[in-house]
Amino acid sequence: MIITVASGKGGTGKTTVAINLALAVASASESASGQPQEVAGAAHKGVIFLDCDVEEPNAGLFLKPTFTQREEVGILIPEVDFDKCTYCGRCAEVCQYHAIAVVGQKVLVFPELCHGCGSCTLNCPEGAIHEVLKTTGTIEIGTAGPITFGQGTLNVGEAMSPPIIRQLKQRLVPSEPGEELVIIDASPGTACPVVEAMQGSEFVLMVTEPTPFGLHDLRLAVQVARDELGIPVGVVINRVGVGDKGVEDYCAAEGVPILMRIPLDRRIAVAYSEGIPMVEALPEYRQQFLALYDRLKEAMVS
Amino acid sequence: MKQLVILSGKGGTGKTTVAAALAHLASEEMDIILADADVDASNLELVLEPTQIHQEDFTGGQIAIIDADACIACGICAEVCRFDALIPGDEFYDVDPISCEGCASCVYQCPEDAIHMEKQQAGCWFRSDTRFGPLFHAHLFAAQENSGQLVTLVKQHARLLAMDTDAKLLIVDGPPGIGCPVISASAGADMALLVTEPTVSGVHDMERVLGTTEHFGVPALVCINKADINPARTEEIVSYCAGRGIEVVGTIPFDTVVTRAMVQGKPVTDFEDGPVNEAMREVWKRTREALLG
Repeated sequence: MIITVASGKGGTGKTTVAINLALAVASASESASGQPQEVAGAAHKGVIFLDCDVEEPNAGLFLKPTFTQREEVGILIPEVDFDKCTYCGRCAEVCQYHAIAVVGQKVLVFPELCHGCGSCTLNCPEGAIHEVLKTTGTIEIGTAGPITFGQGTLNVGEAMSPPIIRQLKQRLVPSEPGEELVIIDASPGTACPVVEAMQGSEFVLMVTEPTPFGLHDLRLAVQVARDELGIPVGVVINRVGVGDKGVEDYCAAEGVPILMRIPLDRRIAVAYSEGIPMVEALPEYRQQFLALYDRLKEAMVS
Repeated sequence: MKQLVILSGKGGTGKTTVAAALAHLASEEMDIILADADVDASNLELVLEPTQIHQEDFTGGQIAIIDADACIACGICAEVCRFDALIPGDEFYDVDPISCEGCASCVYQCPEDAIHMEKQQAGCWFRSDTRFGPLFHAHLFAAQENSGQLVTLVKQHARLLAMDTDAKLLIVDGPPGIGCPVISASAGADMALLVTEPTVSGVHDMERVLGTTEHFGVPALVCINKADINPARTEEIVSYCAGRGIEVVGTIPFDTVVTRAMVQGKPVTDFEDGPVNEAMREVWKRTREALLG
């Protein structure tokens, strides 16, 4: 089962929900091994967590993983073999991103504009272009207790997150949905990095807050997941207590199920500020995250 | 004209709350222009009561379109596509418009010339009037690419008007993260104001966005929002900034007045008196001194 946690607006509690869900399900599965199936959360063989907010990966600050693999990743950019190049200009003509230019007896490559599509290489009549890896970030994989943990990190100064997200998912998301629970922590927003994170998910859990900003951005995020990608969605409302009824009304009108409400509680904010997961600081939430998981599975079926 | 960009790295630290407050306070002293550079979740308009006076379509990148009659389902397009954007079929292939990056690699490799590129409308941008000054903002359509391009467009129009009208200050409300839209939002800025919070992730993300502003040569100021949630970590941020020669222009306490003002659609400084209002005024005063002397 593959779930992406997203939000539209930043800072609504995506990472909080994602890591606490992972911790609750992982520990329930552990303690339930060999026990009757009715123990909540026992249905999964393991939890795989992917931090796909590669611009600002934060889940590791809470789950404190030990990494066993580290790999530099990026995109393939063209390198010209000047012994073969005839400066015909075909590469520049086919490049849609203006990432390669032929000026007189020179070929200029602009790596920051290149999307790594390989079209210049395929179109060069002389076979004078080959591709080299331009590192734009890293992927790290390891474990956090019983959880398999992976994160991508975009290098500072680099613009494009999707290639890193894509490669992290290729490493860790099973090609056939199996008995593992895969949790993908996405970045805020509704543009290409979020789409890249959501693609292939069976459910998108939207974390929002009951404010006009939260509602405005939730609408957009639901459009992306449900209307554009056709993935079922459910909502967690965080910091209930201030704000207005806009999110509740919207969910009722749109038929989007509200799967959990987390109150505005200074203790949660303080634990978060120290990097302590909620289920550890306030153990009563362990059961609530397991209940969220059960409701999520029900919402997926209906 | 000076250009101030408001960034944070981490989302939800209060960029838009600070941007709206600065817009209110700055407009009492000078002519300003506003730009919302968070085009996939633009919220500044929700607290400035804008009256829209101009709207234009934004044409983003192109996507590949397959002529089903000409396609022989040979599958070469799917082989060359690195973005998994081709959907195989028995009779003909199809393009998934969401995955297509517009590289046109398939167009050039198709032996039947069955594929062409088409420009897509990816959003719209607006010029609106607010009581603090003109606002340029945009909506990127769901699941679109090229948000950086739209940010650049919004900013270009804001800058042109600022120069035409001799405005003193352009305030750009930036997106979260450090990637393409942030780089576009920061381009040409005279200064960045980073809004952070005293949490492990707030600090981690601020350090990365500081690396980004440094990389592009934009001097930075820091303000710490919700500072009393963790006073020890607030101190940590203050000394970290001192060590890097970065001025902390204010600390703002956590207070539900921020949400209450937002619900009423108002900048917090234009809502009610209190510690948050005072702190915002201090942030503006020190930002103005650093930026405008």
